[in-house]
Amino acid sequence: MSDPAGSGRSAVRRPGLGLRLLAVLLPGTPQLLVRRWGRGALLLLAWLGLLSLAVTRMDRVFGAGRGARLEAWVAALTLVALAGGVALYAYRDALRFADVAEPRPRGQWGLVAQAFRRNRLAVFGLAVIALLYAAALLTPLLAPYNPLVPGDLASERLLSPSGSHWLGTDHFGRDVLSRILYGARISLTIGFVAVGISITIGTLLGAVSGYVGGRADAIIMRFVDMIISFPSLVLLITVVALFTPSIFLIVAVLGLTQWPGTARIVRGEVLSLKERDFVQAARALGYSRRRIVLRHLIPNALAPVIVTATLGIGNVIVLEAGLSFLGFGVQPPTPSWGTMVADGRVYLLNAWWLATCPGLAIVFTVLSFNLVGDGLRDALDPRLRA
Amino acid sequence: MVGESGCGKTVTALSIMRLVPEPPGRIVAPSSVRLRGTELLSLSEREMRDVRGDRIAMIFQEPLTSLNPVFTVGHQITEALELHRDLQGRAAREVAEAMLAEVGIPDAQRAFGTYPHQLSGGMRQRVMIAMALSCEPDLLIADEPTTALDVTIQAQILELLAELRRRHGMALILITHDLSVVAGVCDRVAVMYAGQIVECGTAAEVFTGPRHPYTQGLLASLPRLGHVQERLSMIPGAVPAPQDWPDACRFRERCPHAWQRCGQKAPPLFPLGAGRVSRCWLVEEPTRVAGAR
Repeated sequence: MSDPAGSGRSAVRRPGLGLRLLAVLLPGTPQLLVRRWGRGALLLLAWLGLLSLAVTRMDRVFGAGRGARLEAWVAALTLVALAGGVALYAYRDALRFADVAEPRPRGQWGLVAQAFRRNRLAVFGLAVIALLYAAALLTPLLAPYNPLVPGDLASERLLSPSGSHWLGTDHFGRDVLSRILYGARISLTIGFVAVGISITIGTLLGAVSGYVGGRADAIIMRFVDMIISFPSLVLLITVVALFTPSIFLIVAVLGLTQWPGTARIVRGEVLSLKERDFVQAARALGYSRRRIVLRHLIPNALAPVIVTATLGIGNVIVLEAGLSFLGFGVQPPTPSWGTMVADGRVYLLNAWWLATCPGLAIVFTVLSFNLVGDGLRDALDPRLRA
Repeated sequence: MVGESGCGKTVTALSIMRLVPEPPGRIVAPSSVRLRGTELLSLSEREMRDVRGDRIAMIFQEPLTSLNPVFTVGHQITEALELHRDLQGRAAREVAEAMLAEVGIPDAQRAFGTYPHQLSGGMRQRVMIAMALSCEPDLLIADEPTTALDVTIQAQILELLAELRRRHGMALILITHDLSVVAGVCDRVAVMYAGQIVECGTAAEVFTGPRHPYTQGLLASLPRLGHVQERLSMIPGAVPAPQDWPDACRFRERCPHAWQRCGQKAPPLFPLGAGRVSRCWLVEEPTRVAGAR
């Protein structure tokens, strides 16, 4: 007998209506039928999980109060998008092993993806990050309790982890798991937006600096040196202390102070790229300087930018947690991992879960980003590609 | 345009395109570059950008690095079409595929979606040519288009260039250090030495009756079929570096015919009739040829 997977695949070579229907109604089951256990189970679980979430938490979308309505709808839309994504992927995947298409020529990114997949840790990190973002977007539906409303101080204060409160409650009787989920939204949003800002500024300034050279280069790079020469946290605290702390302020300050590293990397990259013949060729085709920088040089310099961005998100999350821990960041009662650690610190001896759980959340998140960043760096380095 | 490495062939081509980096480069005052009666040196940078790629195109020595590695071949050709011909989407794609087919790339539709690293050197050079010709320029400057390719591919590419030139009625400036390439493709030859044109004329005239000692030396150094030679003839010495260029004949140090006058004053380009020129005092005193140093 030939290998079971092979014979199983040939059995469904021409997918009938029944299989298609099955693939639509219960994504993952066709994969299970051909003994692709891992993929099938994962898809089925994701589908069922999302479905049950939709059924059990519907009231939260429609019953949401004024302030929470927007985020409830965002969560509902995310839910629909995720479910649709899972179903579509599962359906196409189910049809794909039916007819084996001619392999398409792999582009640069295809090769990178291939190299990235070989790095187990990085793939694990990516999965964690994907889950975190999904959880953060779905938080209004997922969270078992309201993160802001204090519980009954007599009976619900500092409860240790149990069935009703998986990660226990804090000194106001609020559910720690819910607070961590809401905190994830804050941390991940701040990380994402701040890094987005800093990457954009850094890439543009770095590219201009490297390509134009001369006086512009000197001015931009001296400015970079100036910003880098300040200790990051001290600069942050100073700026934040001057204004009323708010999430917008933190995002702005983090975004506007973290770009010099990117600028330097992109500048170096552009300096070497602009000597390449394709830039000369682009000039000979009559392309403007702006077009050459934006459309030809920056895409080529993107690889190290992606790596710094990924590592940068982890860094920014730590900085935000640090700021919040010191009381300059996200202000209570809004949950933030940094503030939660700071609050829990006092109760470390009699309620260890208070500081430990958000602390672990920080560690896992940042670790995941770093793993992905390392994986990307290796995958994007053509010398390491087999 | 022929000459050895570093004699200024590429810089000359780049000056025509006004792509010499300034500073440090500079096109000095009495110069003139005219394309179909338009003085290119008086155009603004913006107008010049419309000329580049549209009316003058250029292809480069290294097909390996002259294509942008992160974009597909098709993307790179259509980008030029979008910019100069205002073609979008399907129309641009059709022109690009037609161009790819015309430069002899098999299965142009498939090639449209490939990345440069998936193509061989010869194919990449064909893509470069397709890109350069997509906007139907009046002039194509080919800067050593075959140097990085092996001999068979070189012959194919040269043949392709010659054919495209005939078909599109476009002028071709071929820059090379390979005299056999010139003999095969060109109508007129300009020989460059140390930053100057030293001799110019039709290919037939220059090859059969070279007037400048440098051209004579170059031709003498070619191996010939049927001649059993122990050693190839060579020009002694090396090209002086730009900072060592004398205010006299720049070839004097290596010239077998040099005499006093050559060290005193730089020879001008002497017209020899019918567009032929030579930058050598021998034109005025042809009897000197036999004389020793």
